[in-house]
Amino acid sequence: MGQTILASFRWLGFGFLDPLVKLFQGIEPKKNGALFLKKAIIPILSIAIFLGVANFFSSYLYNIERERKIEKTRETQGDEAALAMQECIDSGDISCKPNSLPSPADVWRATQTLIADHRMISTDKAEFKTRTAAVNAQRHAQGLSSIRYTGRPSFVDQIFTSLKTVFAGFLLAAFLAIPAGIVLGLSETLRTALNWIIQIFKPVSPVVWLLLVSMVVKTILASADMDKSFVISFISVGLCSMWATLVNTSVGVSSVDKDYLNVSKVLRLGVVSNVFKVILPSSVPLIFTGLRITLSVAWMVLIAIELLAQSPGLGSFVWEEFQNGANDSNAKIIVAMFVIGGIGFALDRLMMLVQKAVSYESKA
Amino acid sequence: MEVLTEEKIMLECRDIKKAYPTPKGDFVVLENFQLQAKESEFVSIIGHSGCGKSTLLTMIAGLNDITAGAITVANYPIQGAGPDRAVVFQSPSLFPWMTSLENVLIGVKQVFPHATTNQRLEICKYYLSKVGLADSFYKKAKDLSQGMKQRVGIARAFALKPKVLLLDEPFGMLDSMTRIELQDVLIDVWSKEKITAIMVTHDVDEAIFLSDRVIMMTSGPYAKVGEVAHIKLERPRNRKTVVEHPDFYKYRQQLLTFLDH
Ligand SMILES: Nc1ncnc2c1ncn2[C@@H]1O[C@H](COP(=O)(O)OP(=O)(O)O)[C@@H](O)[C@H]1O
Ligand SMILES: [Mg+2]
Repeated sequence: MGQTILASFRWLGFGFLDPLVKLFQGIEPKKNGALFLKKAIIPILSIAIFLGVANFFSSYLYNIERERKIEKTRETQGDEAALAMQECIDSGDISCKPNSLPSPADVWRATQTLIADHRMISTDKAEFKTRTAAVNAQRHAQGLSSIRYTGRPSFVDQIFTSLKTVFAGFLLAAFLAIPAGIVLGLSETLRTALNWIIQIFKPVSPVVWLLLVSMVVKTILASADMDKSFVISFISVGLCSMWATLVNTSVGVSSVDKDYLNVSKVLRLGVVSNVFKVILPSSVPLIFTGLRITLSVAWMVLIAIELLAQSPGLGSFVWEEFQNGANDSNAKIIVAMFVIGGIGFALDRLMMLVQKAVSYESKA
Repeated sequence: MEVLTEEKIMLECRDIKKAYPTPKGDFVVLENFQLQAKESEFVSIIGHSGCGKSTLLTMIAGLNDITAGAITVANYPIQGAGPDRAVVFQSPSLFPWMTSLENVLIGVKQVFPHATTNQRLEICKYYLSKVGLADSFYKKAKDLSQGMKQRVGIARAFALKPKVLLLDEPFGMLDSMTRIELQDVLIDVWSKEKITAIMVTHDVDEAIFLSDRVIMMTSGPYAKVGEVAHIKLERPRNRKTVVEHPDFYKYRQQLLTFLDH
């Protein structure tokens, strides 16, 4: 049992928790205690230092903004108003708070605000649902579509929208890049003929993809009753991020171990068996390495694309908060930054696990 | 050189030449190379590293083009690679994503297309048991030890029911204990099947223990057959009696003297 826990922790990449688990199981408490201190205290210490530096830097910027605001009031409205402003700022009143880099405490408060906001919107939604249930049933019976909740999405809703978009884009990338990569990998002629496409399109910025895709989608879906901005952003994400998978798949397929190909020749495997039983399985690890890169690129460009395409999600959340300029907007942007980073990290870990699971290399 | 009667010859290499093109002109590995192997004969080829043993074997396997000359199996010229000439490679070259059973089965499917699934499985299990892997049918190839992998390699080759079995330093990557074990496995399976076998090896004792005939190649370039030793030790052979046989040292001396040149 203890071994299983340890193995699964290590497998998840949390090997640094080994000593802690052993500590709880009472194995060599002295040695593992010391090990845990060493492995866990250092990260905790570094987080503390990070928070300290952030706090110091934000209060430094805050003071500059504060002085500037008071000076400005003095210039335009005189000494009395300036004094009033100073008092207002120091009293912590939100209405005259200087707008600068938020402190860790601000960020923490913003996190709580966002969670509370999400709770409120969720209850509102649930209420809406019960309220419209009867009407919707009636509309269904008449063949009409149901009335949808059109209120503001919460921060958590935005996260899920972003995840939905990134997975749609990722799937599109996989569906385009893996078959294309296989074909390119199998035919050297095609590889040379089409190499320029890869070389030229790979470095194209997400912004340009977005524009290109919206040119096309606008025309094609002109009349369709669909969420165009979602379609545009997931296609752009897919096209931006598919290149790593395309290149890796074609490299994997074209560089299958010569010994395997020799075995396949000796056995006189047909083309189909050769591709599906030898070439593809042997390229699987490289394909998944490509998919892992694709997913992390997809997540990275998604935020920029949402921001530009004004499709709902974390990107537009950040953009709206930036333009909104409310007193806690900056703090909310920082919260979004950590959420984006954390999800990116989690997605990468997920892909790493999949990659490990499909790898056929012996662990020895 | 003795002349073998036509109908007993299983494999014949006639006037074989192999030249690899290089920037400085052709590099001729083999020239005027002759080899005949009778039905059920076990022939070993020894020679210095780089003289062209693997080149010869891959040409017989059909994995490497012949520059000039002809190779026939049962009097028919070979055409490309095929399961009638099974190969045991130095690196076992199993598909690591398959189980040992699947590794054997994929070949058996090709050779016995009309057999039922059960019949095919029987064949695979028979040969895997023969090489001592009765309890490892469903282990993934990647999880097998080097020696076990080569056992699967041997089972895979025999299960194809080939006309000729080609072995390129099959035990070269194994430690000496495992090597001896696998020599016994190989000779055990072979003596039941009596398939014409051509084995390349570095190991003089291995060559004598396993073979009916040992062909000594001259060093390249332009390598050809130097000397031939007929190993007239009685079969079935037992390692202990072979080593104690007075002729064993005679053969050993002959091979070592040739290699010393
Ligand atoms: N594909 C190739 N192109 C050029 N030279 C080669 C090639 N393969 C082998 N050779 C050369 O041919 C010679 C014989 O090689 P090989 O048959 O592998 O020798 P052996 O198996 O006896 O050690 C060596 O000198 C090697 O460098
Ligand atoms: Mg060799």
